[in-house]
Amino acid sequence: MKKEFYNIANLVTKNAKILDVGCGNGELMKYITENISKDIRGIELSKSNVQKCVEKGLTVIEGDAEKDLRQFPDNSFDFVILSQTLQAFLDPENVLNELLRIGKKAIVSIPNFGHWKVRLHLLLKGTMPVTENLPNEWYNTPNLHMCTIKDFENYCNQRNIKINLKNLKFQNLFSELGIFILKK
Amino acid sequence: MSEKDKIKTLLVKKPLKLDCGQTISDFPLAYETYGKLSDKKNNAILVFHALTGDQFASGINPITKKDGWWNYALGPDKAIDTNKYFVIAANVIGGCMGSFGPSDINPETKKPFGTNFPVITINDMVNAQYNLLEYFKIEKLFCVIGGSMGGMQVLQFVSNFPNKAHTAIPIACTASHSAQNIALNELGRQSIMADSNWQDGFYEEQNTQPDKGLAVARMAAHITYLSKAGLQEKFGRKLQERDDLKFSFDADFQIESYLRYQGSVFVDRFDANSYLYITRAMDYFDLTKKFGGNLSKAFEKSNTKFFIISFTSDWLYPTSENREIVIALNAIGKDVGFVEITSDKGHDSFLLDVPDFLSTVRNFLNKSYEKI
Repeated sequence: MKKEFYNIANLVTKNAKILDVGCGNGELMKYITENISKDIRGIELSKSNVQKCVEKGLTVIEGDAEKDLRQFPDNSFDFVILSQTLQAFLDPENVLNELLRIGKKAIVSIPNFGHWKVRLHLLLKGTMPVTENLPNEWYNTPNLHMCTIKDFENYCNQRNIKINLKNLKFQNLFSELGIFILKK
Repeated sequence: MSEKDKIKTLLVKKPLKLDCGQTISDFPLAYETYGKLSDKKNNAILVFHALTGDQFASGINPITKKDGWWNYALGPDKAIDTNKYFVIAANVIGGCMGSFGPSDINPETKKPFGTNFPVITINDMVNAQYNLLEYFKIEKLFCVIGGSMGGMQVLQFVSNFPNKAHTAIPIACTASHSAQNIALNELGRQSIMADSNWQDGFYEEQNTQPDKGLAVARMAAHITYLSKAGLQEKFGRKLQERDDLKFSFDADFQIESYLRYQGSVFVDRFDANSYLYITRAMDYFDLTKKFGGNLSKAFEKSNTKFFIISFTSDWLYPTSENREIVIALNAIGKDVGFVEITSDKGHDSFLLDVPDFLSTVRNFLNKSYEKI
């Protein structure tokens, strides 16, 4: 399992009620089910990933996070997880609002466009950065709304969303990934 | 062994109050079982059939000598593995495979009930079948499962008996019959009733049957079970055993011949009045009605784990209607999974060899069974 998932799993509490938005093949959900909380379910758009979740015995709802979070009542989960998909939504602002509405806490991870490798790539090569975390070219990337850790913090501050963040300048330069816990 | 001896029947002594107001008792409920009930009695699955199904879901139907209607999904080593699970399937009341129905003899008149048979509902069907749990002394079913009208019965069962099933799999169904659904059923009923042999429903007394009307009803319904793409792929404009059009009203096209065949074999195995009664029950189905239009309330007391399945090309009970059930369950924090299976086989996908569907059912059942 990738390191990001261990980091996210460490942020949820024992037996918490959890929704994994864009749960992929269910790898993170499986780990959390077996180690932290059985009360977890996922939403996933890809049919083949949904099948993989069912094979693992996980509760998964085939659906689109941009439309289908509406059905959940306010504060219905202790944690709502969104791993590296925020930048791919047509309307990330709406998705963030929904996460914070249905979850008491939201755990959001984003690929950091402010990482030094990304900055250097653009500065030296003059082409759109392609890195391990951002493997696509400009014409086929699913990432519509790239941002930096700093952008994300600014956004949360403007919207009065509580965000855990320390050493911002350092992290914005040296972290390829930002993982945040958000609260209304 | 006569035909009737091949049908297992539970005589339900307990009075059952029907939604129409009448009470029935001492009525037959025909059923079949597959597999073996475990000592702990924790491996029982109740299968509900669709409009024209019956209790013979697997193996060879001893009456029609044809394959059971769910042979692809149900049997030893199949998705619903009868080496592992004990499966019970009953014929719905109103049906024509041994359960209390309009062909039964009315003790008052000593003649078949015909249209004097009480109008039944999905709720009545489910309440009648609940007697099987008591008969087999099963405290809690492992699963209730069914497609189409069978899925409606699954929903009704969980609503009526919120803690009597660990898991529920409603497939390709709806919580409330739509205007389009009702319209299509009415087309079938009108076709039967327009046949002069129907005789206001008392055709059995006249030793006749509204075969033409029933065949047309089946033909029309059959189209709704398939998708445009599926039909086009299978038949296109292919001609039936001829090189060119005949400029007549003969079955020039393969699709015409196919539909005529479907109609003709159907009348041999199905009763026209049962068709009227069962389609009526489907049309009356609206699980939200009792709950002021709020579907969530139908499931409020349940702790059943739901798994809902729809098909991409099903336009009769489309994904959007199945999703309504998912939404209602999520709105009250119930455990619900949902999968839409890609298939061009239309509504009938759940009855056919659709590997993704079958593996999904198998995986869900087996993984859920590990947890109970």
